[in-house]
Amino acid sequence: MTAILARLLGRLPIGWLQLLHNKTRLAAAVAGIAFANILVFVQLGVMFALNTTILLPYTLFDADIIISAADANTLTDGSNVPRQRSFEAMSVPGVASALPLFVGNVDWTRDDGNVTNLQVLALDPSQGAYVIPEIRNKIANLLLIDTALIDRMTRGADTDRLALISPDNPLTFETRGRTLTVPGTISIGGGFSSDGYMVTSDQTFLRLFSSRIAGAPNHILLKTEPGFNVDAVIEELRLLLPDDKVKVRTLAEAAKADQIYQTTERPTGLIFGFGVVMGVIVGLVIVYQLLSTDVADHLKEYATFKAMGYGQSFFMGIIFEEALILAIFGFVPGLIISSILYQLLNSATGLPVMMDMARPIAVFLGTIASCSISGAIATRRLASADPADLF
Amino acid sequence: MTGAAFPIVTQGLNHWFGVGEARKQAIFDVNLSIEAGKLTVLMGPSGSGKTTLLTLIGCLRDVQDGSVHLLGQELYGASEADLVLARRKLGFIFQAHNLHESLTALQNVRVGLEVHGASLSGKRSQFEAASAHLLGLLGLKDRIHYLPGNLSGGQKQRVAIARALVGNPRIIFADEPTAALDKESGTHVVRLLKQLGEQRGTTTVMVTHDNRILEMADRIITLEEGRIVDDIPVAS
Repeated sequence: MTAILARLLGRLPIGWLQLLHNKTRLAAAVAGIAFANILVFVQLGVMFALNTTILLPYTLFDADIIISAADANTLTDGSNVPRQRSFEAMSVPGVASALPLFVGNVDWTRDDGNVTNLQVLALDPSQGAYVIPEIRNKIANLLLIDTALIDRMTRGADTDRLALISPDNPLTFETRGRTLTVPGTISIGGGFSSDGYMVTSDQTFLRLFSSRIAGAPNHILLKTEPGFNVDAVIEELRLLLPDDKVKVRTLAEAAKADQIYQTTERPTGLIFGFGVVMGVIVGLVIVYQLLSTDVADHLKEYATFKAMGYGQSFFMGIIFEEALILAIFGFVPGLIISSILYQLLNSATGLPVMMDMARPIAVFLGTIASCSISGAIATRRLASADPADLF
Repeated sequence: MTGAAFPIVTQGLNHWFGVGEARKQAIFDVNLSIEAGKLTVLMGPSGSGKTTLLTLIGCLRDVQDGSVHLLGQELYGASEADLVLARRKLGFIFQAHNLHESLTALQNVRVGLEVHGASLSGKRSQFEAASAHLLGLLGLKDRIHYLPGNLSGGQKQRVAIARALVGNPRIIFADEPTAALDKESGTHVVRLLKQLGEQRGTTTVMVTHDNRILEMADRIITLEEGRIVDDIPVAS
């Protein structure tokens, strides 16, 4: 290792030899950096899981445009949209069809007595073109009143039982005073606002939520005719519809805006965003503490080198060498432990806490950068002092 | 007075420590010309400014007032980059050996060569051989792969001397180099330094109390309270 580094650097690998000389400290430093990495990985994992789950319900629909109330930030909040908006929208050239979407929440008391919260998405089951194929294939089952498809990824649910569900072997449960029959399942996965999802017909929805009326859905989905520019159609719709009452966006824009709202203005999102910032700061402090102590401990030795005619770039080289070695040594166990923690979090919460390709690269580069900057700050004292004052 | 005959020339050199009320002058109007190839000894009681003077003319301290001409270069107002280059022409032997604890004896000496890059004494591949050879001359042939922590005080000091000598410096500054050595090895080291002076024209400036060395000195300068009080050329 020493010989390889010597060849690579074109000089004695003094940083490496220094680290190796005090193995206890090396172990402590590696553990410290691994811990900083784990901290950041876990916070990032949870935050990205939140970001992902916010988008999930939007991915169930196959629509171009969504009309929502002006005060709606997510799928569930805000006022209702009068159904007449869908007829108005149909008058705009390029709008092929419109579909009211109803959204609500029900409690599902499972066989074991535990209560699960399901977000209900309800639409006209004859409009299968508005949903992704997985739901479209089963949507005919919803033509019967009091039937529902439920999310087999629902947090806490008995997955073995849900896997057996079919039209011949349905599940039944009571909620809001009605008995629902579940002839099939879909796969979505819960998020921070609900444990899972349930898809029903609009007629079943209106029976479950007696205070809601057919004339006031939560959102209206639109499909455009081929050959029309979606953005141009949206412009037309915005001119036609009152912008103090409704907002017209593409489905992707609405999803993105929901994500931004929930991550920057809702407590959950803010807490996890703050967690990432705290993780990075604590990581930086740990790394700075390690590197600056190391420089302080070798100051006499560096002063001797300075007296011999070594310049500041030489010391920076040693520090970068140490920073790089520590970053690599700390990163490997940090990544392995984080991946295990992701698995544990995933199975414990049902949230999609998963490692992607970009995150380890970003964390690794961040570790090297913070190690290097910390080292550079720590060597400043060396640059300004006379060698004779450092002995 | 040319740089060749007198590698070190100081004029009106003053130095202070501290700031404000606590400011205290340590060196008073020192005018000194040191001859090339000779062994010059600085003596004086502790606190007389010997080490301060040595570090001023050895580029280890910024010159505050007056002039230091070192190998034809003015140190007063010199840039950090110039000082770095000037230090490479010097060899320093410290009172405390100041070896790097994480490096072996051989590696410590090699650091003294690497500072010159590949330009001096051939290729980098030869650094190790040159360093080992010099350690052998100083009687450390069997100890070259030892860490300083496993060497005796005298052995460490000899490694430090090898480190100072390995780059063939024009001037060697030594601050009580024989303090940690027994009589025999102390004499051996000073003889080696003198021999270098004769062969290569290396100038040596040494702070010492050691009487055995005074006998070998070419010139003895005595300081008291920051002033030169005595300056005796010794006829060899």
